[in-house]
Amino acid sequence: MKNAVKAPAQAKAANSPKASGKSKSPTTSVALLVATKKGGFILVSDPKRRQWQMRGPMYLGNIVHHMMLDPRDGRTLLMAAKTGHLGPTVYRSTNFGKTWKEAAKPPAFPKAPEGQKGLTVDHVFWLTPGHAGEPGVWYAGTSPQALFRSEDGGDTWESVSGFNDHPMRLTWVGGGGDGTPDGPKMHSVIVDPRDANHLYIGMSGGGVFESTDRGADWKPLNAGSRADFFPDPLPEFGQDPHCVRIHPLNPDILYQQNHCGIYRMDRSSPTNGNRWERIGEKMPKAVGDIGFPMVLHPRDPNTCWVFPMDGTQVWPRTSPGGKPAAYVTRNGGKKWQRLDNGLPTEQAWFTVFRQAMTADARDPVGIYFGTTCGEIWAGTNEGEKWSCIARHLPHVYAIEAVELPQ
Amino acid sequence: MKVIIPSPLLSYTKQLKEVEAEGATIAELLKDLNRRYPGIRFRMIDEQDAIRPHMKIFVNGEQVMGLNIPLQAADEIHILQALSGG
Repeated sequence: MKNAVKAPAQAKAANSPKASGKSKSPTTSVALLVATKKGGFILVSDPKRRQWQMRGPMYLGNIVHHMMLDPRDGRTLLMAAKTGHLGPTVYRSTNFGKTWKEAAKPPAFPKAPEGQKGLTVDHVFWLTPGHAGEPGVWYAGTSPQALFRSEDGGDTWESVSGFNDHPMRLTWVGGGGDGTPDGPKMHSVIVDPRDANHLYIGMSGGGVFESTDRGADWKPLNAGSRADFFPDPLPEFGQDPHCVRIHPLNPDILYQQNHCGIYRMDRSSPTNGNRWERIGEKMPKAVGDIGFPMVLHPRDPNTCWVFPMDGTQVWPRTSPGGKPAAYVTRNGGKKWQRLDNGLPTEQAWFTVFRQAMTADARDPVGIYFGTTCGEIWAGTNEGEKWSCIARHLPHVYAIEAVELPQ
Repeated sequence: MKVIIPSPLLSYTKQLKEVEAEGATIAELLKDLNRRYPGIRFRMIDEQDAIRPHMKIFVNGEQVMGLNIPLQAADEIHILQALSGG
């Protein structure tokens, strides 16, 4: 591909604490890696985040579920893609989008023994760079729910047998009919920044799971989170976490936006270290605490943003009442503040998917979200005021913010 | 033998709509095609060796449903992708 951004020498993930800090005269730009139903795009700002320039499309016509930067080298991008009819794949760029090449061996299940029915990857949904101490390692979550690992920068992928062949896997994920309308998904693949062996995954459906041995074995981590759609609303597994996040500076703090509420977990708690606490009940009752995305402040573990959707009756999955808004808490969920300055005030029925909201690491933090109707909004003062920085795009599936040198 | 490539796969064949590949069966032909144009097979055939939905393979104008179909050197292979959806 030759229609991408000018290749900077190095970029940093904007949610990396190292990329953060208050700067009165920033010399870097923010770039948004935008994955859409019809291809990939990169939006690049000026240093003050006032003007934005669109680059792309990349792989026009491909369904791009996620595009991620490798923060360990600041240059490698991976893109999870498929078309409507062709099989799934991963594209790689080692020069920040200047050129792209397909992975030599995309994520795929092993061939089943003769006479047995094997699984097939429908699409790669989630991409996560590995631990800082493991250059070249990446993880991918797929539909159906499965985990794959690359140890060569995303060129070849292997099934993580500890999960994909786990004797409980089918029980945990509940079969193909228990996922989202777009297929069941593994998402929120998280590597503990303190320990490369400590992994979390989220599954829709299935719940949150944890491994402490680099994926060799897994245990459910769902106590306290609800599954109101089951006869037992508090099962061991089977929940539908929509988005799970770990705080980069305090990795004991986890948040999740779930199908059934907003939750927080403090792994350091001597009494509730394995239990989710519902913090969404302080949201306004008319709005509720249902949504897809969840975004954490890069430095303050008590601050996070959500973007509620209508989860009533038939689940319209639109902005509640046609009045979109983000909400922020700055005290771990005790209080929530509505952030809708600049957003449409009526008859706006978009919503924001689980990967389509992100934060940069500036001070003040910039919050960005992409909509189901192809708009991208920026709130560069922590969401206090929103501006539409792109419109007329395809349905936005994912946005990631990175910092670019000038 | 001659293989006709559908437009969504032309990026693999350097935009060639007709290419050459060899094999005594469809499976061998696709293996050879993938050797010449790396990656093309997995976009058509899944990891369990099933032809993906909406992909179709014709031999001399007749659709074949599996990979263990024998081929002759003079056969003409058409790979089609159904165009549907929005």
